[in-house]
Amino acid sequence: MHIGLFIPCYIDQFYPQVGIATLELLEKQGLRVSYPLEQTCCGQPMANSGFEHLTADCSKNFIRNFERFDYIVCPSGSCALHIKEHVHDDQSEEKAVSIRKRVYELTEFLTDVIQLKSLSAKFPHRVGLHQSCHGLRGLHLAQMSELVAPKYSKPEQLLKLVDGLELIQLDRQDECCGFGGTFSVFEEAVSVKMGQDRMADHLKNGAEYITGADMSCLMHLEGLLKRDNSSMNVIHIAEILNSKA
Amino acid sequence: MQQHQTHAELAEQFNRDINRVNWHDQTLWMVREKRDKAAQQVPDWEQLRETASQIKNHTLAHLHAYLLEFEQQALANGIQVHWAADAEEHNRIVHRIIQEHGVDRIVKSKSMLTEECGLNEYLLQQGIEVVDTDLGERIVQLAGEPPSHIVLPCIHWKKEEIGELFHQHLGTPKGNADPDFLTRAARAHLREHFMMRRVAITGVNFAVAETGEFVVCTNEGNADLGAQLADVHIACMGIEKIIPKRNHLGVFLRLLARSATGQPITTYSSHFKKPGPGKALHIVLVDNGRSTRLGSDDFRNALKCIRCGACFNTCPVYRRSGGHSYHTAIAGPIGSILAPALDMEKHADLPFASTLCGSCTNVCPVKIDIHQQLYTWRQVLIKNGHASSTKKAGIQLTGMVLSKPWLFRVSGKVARWIMRTFPGLMNNRFNPWTKQRELPMPPKQSFRDWYVNNRSHD
Amino acid sequence: MTSREKILSAVRQNQPGEIPMPDIHYPDNVSSNIFEQFVKTVTGIGGEVIHCSGYPEIQQHLQKRFPEPARIINTINELPGFETIAEPSDPHTFSNVSVTVMLGNFGVAENGAIWLTEEHMLNSALPYISEHLALVLHRNSIVSHLHEAYDRIGHADYRLGTFIAGPSKTADIEQSLVLGAHGPKSLIVFLVN
Repeated sequence: MHIGLFIPCYIDQFYPQVGIATLELLEKQGLRVSYPLEQTCCGQPMANSGFEHLTADCSKNFIRNFERFDYIVCPSGSCALHIKEHVHDDQSEEKAVSIRKRVYELTEFLTDVIQLKSLSAKFPHRVGLHQSCHGLRGLHLAQMSELVAPKYSKPEQLLKLVDGLELIQLDRQDECCGFGGTFSVFEEAVSVKMGQDRMADHLKNGAEYITGADMSCLMHLEGLLKRDNSSMNVIHIAEILNSKA
Repeated sequence: MQQHQTHAELAEQFNRDINRVNWHDQTLWMVREKRDKAAQQVPDWEQLRETASQIKNHTLAHLHAYLLEFEQQALANGIQVHWAADAEEHNRIVHRIIQEHGVDRIVKSKSMLTEECGLNEYLLQQGIEVVDTDLGERIVQLAGEPPSHIVLPCIHWKKEEIGELFHQHLGTPKGNADPDFLTRAARAHLREHFMMRRVAITGVNFAVAETGEFVVCTNEGNADLGAQLADVHIACMGIEKIIPKRNHLGVFLRLLARSATGQPITTYSSHFKKPGPGKALHIVLVDNGRSTRLGSDDFRNALKCIRCGACFNTCPVYRRSGGHSYHTAIAGPIGSILAPALDMEKHADLPFASTLCGSCTNVCPVKIDIHQQLYTWRQVLIKNGHASSTKKAGIQLTGMVLSKPWLFRVSGKVARWIMRTFPGLMNNRFNPWTKQRELPMPPKQSFRDWYVNNRSHD
Repeated sequence: MTSREKILSAVRQNQPGEIPMPDIHYPDNVSSNIFEQFVKTVTGIGGEVIHCSGYPEIQQHLQKRFPEPARIINTINELPGFETIAEPSDPHTFSNVSVTVMLGNFGVAENGAIWLTEEHMLNSALPYISEHLALVLHRNSIVSHLHEAYDRIGHADYRLGTFIAGPSKTADIEQSLVLGAHGPKSLIVFLVN
């Protein structure tokens, strides 16, 4: 099994430690992982702004970088979902279709493909899990609060394997944080208010850390926490799962 | 509503009063929680949504036949059937019927279609006074505002403000803001109108092709009082309100109120089949763009809407921006996919007033893919030139940088260096990101740089 | 071309191809005691349920509850006493009615709704204009859910049929529930054997 590591552009540029944690975590499971060096971005920033027609070159580049792997693993539900739903190639659509089926978000890859049952990780903190919307309602990483259906949560399942970690319950289980890509700048007022409310929910319920499977939501929350001089921090789930025992 | 103000601008104004935003958000979240609780009590909820969705899909695929069947049955029942191609024709038809009965004051219960058509303003221009009889609608009418929510029209009003409004218009004692007292005052005020009016307008929740009857759902009983006390009942409906069979009502009425307010059913679900003795019953079937939308594979689905408002209550953006920020008769997520079809230019901002979180799609009782349509509308709007030149240029540049790996690496490195060296350049009040947020601390090394140094690679 | 023709022709041209009509699935696990469920639901939506042995008891109850000079309209032949009305009457003459007593066709356990048709109303304004409403229901005329309700209604012909679930209500002012918006301020359900 050869895994292609897909590191979203903003993680590559701003949060290299999340990429490193993802890589190390996968390697610890004895997996063969490579990072194709010519990768850039999934194309989502353009597509969600209405410019999907400008993403053709991004898609082609993605396919070129990742077509040789058995699985493509990404520490972002949003970027993984974008590939699954929107990667196309007018010259060879079958390549795009095949790629779309092989893309996994990190936590679903760990629970569903390699069926991880134990971890040697320790994180003795109270942690709140922010369920990012695309991972939740797009990839179904956990049961959605709107549906009348049995409960499950892949990220929670993994966090429960971490020694010392106390998962706090939120008042609003899966409310959006307000990041929303370019929404965060074009609808700044609402975006910020949503983020502040999300922060307050974690704070009220005693979280020391907000974690999640999407660094973009965490980047937005981190920006608000820092401006607020809050003692609460954000941390990507890969960093927790990769923390030293 | 000023046409030039966008959702983002209006939402920013709404957010200046943080206590009001919190109150608005929490009130609507409570309604969402009631909906969840009601749905959880129906073990076959998801199956029910699926059935409702399929019935609507089937109906839209055979709408021509069902419209004809409905018309035939309704006529046989003694109902007078009218067809209106657009809002203007709808308004003219309603006006003509009112004129035929020689009255200049009418009562109207809630109908989002008449809001869509601007009926009240039209009739007012013709010298006809319309009294909205739903309490919430009456409140916003007295205030000279449109409703801000399709089910809870004055959800943005505080009781103290309503107390003051009633003091001014209905002469209630100043300072009395007790909801019980105010509701009683409105009851007495509206009862007078009910007793005097000879023509009543209602909306339609469902129209049954098989029987030619239509169903109107209210909690207050205002549609019924209006219809039963008047000589003439005019029911206005979009052509998508048709359902094939009477027993399909079982499916939709199980879903409607639970989705809307968390009630197991509305207080009144009235099935109007024939006019009363000596009375007239009219139905106005309105197209107003619906038949065009029926032809769109991407957007047809929105015609399944049963106007429950669940997508409003769950929408984190709606809750924190208020209904009026959508500057359209039907606000919220569903309004954001309906409005651009009526006027793309005017409503080009609405599909962007969403984080695409997808909660709307999950609560929708007829499974409209609302957030997917918001995404698709964005593509349509941009292709039709509805993007500012700066936004367009910015996105084009981003697209170019991200499609060329070397350019991406160089730009990233340069940008991070600039951010580290001159933090004030990015972190200022002209950058919407940093108005209320910090930027991430840019590292010296990208992940790729680290990888190249620490792992063997091709 | 008339608007009717224009609309119908556009609809015919734009409607998508054949999509089959689904079957209606009935809930798998319905309550074993729909009677109890009905009582609980009616109470939960602001109604009041009174168990009665028969019509004389209902009469007594109403007399006690709505003493003179309350105007009580009786639309049920079997119920003794109170005011009966001639059909047809001008509905505006009912504006001072305190309470109307009517026979409900049947009740629905899942939502507490009671189905009424105009033949039991005598005047179709009465269920809405009366200050209070009393519905008489036979204990054995309760169905589990709305699908069963529509099976029971079947192809019945009526001028007006309505489900009434509790008293008229509104929560339009700050989501505070107020009973008695425009219609009856209370709903009494007399369950008789």
